[in-house]
Amino acid sequence: MSGNLVSARVWKFGDNINTDLMLPGDVHMATEEVQASRVFSANRPGWLAEMTPGDIIIGGKNYGTGSSRPASRSLRNIGIACVIADSVNSLFFRNCVNFGLLALECPGVSDLFTEEGQICEISLDNFTVRNKTTGKILNAQKVPANLLALMRGGGIYPVLEKEGFIAPMKARPAEAAAGH
Amino acid sequence: MGMTMTEKILARTSGAKTVSPGEIVVVDVDTCVFIDNSFFPVYWREMLKLANPDKIVVVFDHRVPASDRAAAAAHVVGRAFVKQFGIKRFHDVGRDVGISHVVVSDRAYALPGTVLVCADSHTCSGGAFNCAARGVGAPDMIYTGVTGKTWFRVGETVRYDITGKLNAGVTTKDVFLHIANAFGEHANQNVEFGGPGLQHLSINARRTIATMGAEISADFAIFEADDAVIDYVKSRNPAPFEPANPDADAVYKYRRELALNEMEPLVALPDAVLNNSVPVGKVAGEKIDQAFIGSCANGTLDDFSIAARVLNGRRVAEGVRLLITPGSQEIYREAVRAGYVQILVDAGAIVTNATCGACGGGHLGVLGPGETCITASTRNFKGRMGDPTARIYMGSPATVAASAIAGVITHPGEFTKEALV
Repeated sequence: MSGNLVSARVWKFGDNINTDLMLPGDVHMATEEVQASRVFSANRPGWLAEMTPGDIIIGGKNYGTGSSRPASRSLRNIGIACVIADSVNSLFFRNCVNFGLLALECPGVSDLFTEEGQICEISLDNFTVRNKTTGKILNAQKVPANLLALMRGGGIYPVLEKEGFIAPMKARPAEAAAGH
Repeated sequence: MGMTMTEKILARTSGAKTVSPGEIVVVDVDTCVFIDNSFFPVYWREMLKLANPDKIVVVFDHRVPASDRAAAAAHVVGRAFVKQFGIKRFHDVGRDVGISHVVVSDRAYALPGTVLVCADSHTCSGGAFNCAARGVGAPDMIYTGVTGKTWFRVGETVRYDITGKLNAGVTTKDVFLHIANAFGEHANQNVEFGGPGLQHLSINARRTIATMGAEISADFAIFEADDAVIDYVKSRNPAPFEPANPDADAVYKYRRELALNEMEPLVALPDAVLNNSVPVGKVAGEKIDQAFIGSCANGTLDDFSIAARVLNGRRVAEGVRLLITPGSQEIYREAVRAGYVQILVDAGAIVTNATCGACGGGHLGVLGPGETCITASTRNFKGRMGDPTARIYMGSPATVAASAIAGVITHPGEFTKEALV
């Protein structure tokens, strides 16, 4: 993603989309790759093959309710450009900051997009969300600049690494892939 | 302008005179609790320094004793971390182990008026002790470990005034299901509890509600610090603390009454906690394969007592598995001393070691395809406890115990007429 304008097609999900749907418990301890291969496998099997990197997820109320597991990292790893929802669970929102996934709260966005495949245009200069297909526009809640920078810059690990707080990432043993 | 309990704690710990909804605050963290999940390769990042090892607690809870080789390897990493930094408050597999939030309660690590974080969503459990405790992400834990701080966005607060007393057969799990059903999600809001009915709720009964705060997406779920809380904490932890009770002119988004005498046993239908509960009678007769009582929400000594009173002298139905998992080994020992464990195993229950266990579908009671479970634990999401085709109903420990006896979902009043809380 470059610039302050994001434009892509949308996928619609409903209210209260929980973290277990994005990151199922049986791969909670598996590798990032395995975790990413199971996004929405319980509620929408086959979706991963349909979506393409750069797409946007539109949620309803309380997107990301549930556990502290890094569901946002899986969405980032499959290439989701942004999650926009009527409201976002604050723990999920933290993990979007932590792992570098753009997330916006935009009351009414679930009605702004009437169909999947419509094109969404986000401006991060003035925090607007526009349905390019219908021309209708809504204001999103502003994300403070420091949090936005983390969401767009790969999250907090690169910062902690640079400041000498944590060691560089080690190559993971292949065996970890077998864990759950 | 007055402040709510949450606002007072966030103001105090961020060095501000006041805070109000919408602000981002950076706070000093009093207690930072690492769990075994943090030490798996897919989560762990090696910290090169710690801000203060005495602020750190390490508890192995999700997979104890090690459920497979990956868990065993994570435990090895965790023990090395404890040794490297000389962390004193370490709860390894053995006498002092338990679910982190329950160990935090047993030891009163969540001090009134302070901030506590842990990489598990049910950390809000510590709110029962007037502590601003909440779940954060694994990277947040690393950040707090090395800096001693974290950030919060201050949310609006919803106040629940508790009045009256619970009727026979009703527990605070039913009270929570009522909140989730009647008021739905509380995303970006704090919930706070107080009022004259509080005196009739034990610390354990309050913990069930505070822990379930995560299920309505509350940021914090904080109870007033009455004498019961202050005496409880002082008897277990010598550290000084200053409770944060609300100002009379605090500003709330909503103020609602919870009349305990109006509550009845409820059951959440499969796949979702929010706006999804019915009175037990509506689903009575639904056949079950497994019944579970446990987790950070319902693995307390009160829950053992409730289950034992319902199951005393009775048997679990043929073809049904009843699994009971204490929240900590300390609770396990007390349940043995009180005679509850004898009653439960005589009835045919499997009483396991203290761990998160079946609640998260990790081990000790994973559900198979097409099975039906009724659980007194934290959540009933699709696929949560095992196969995604399994159906998970959620109710109180009394409802779960009664259902285990009958083999079908059953109102606890069929087997007990007494006040349970």
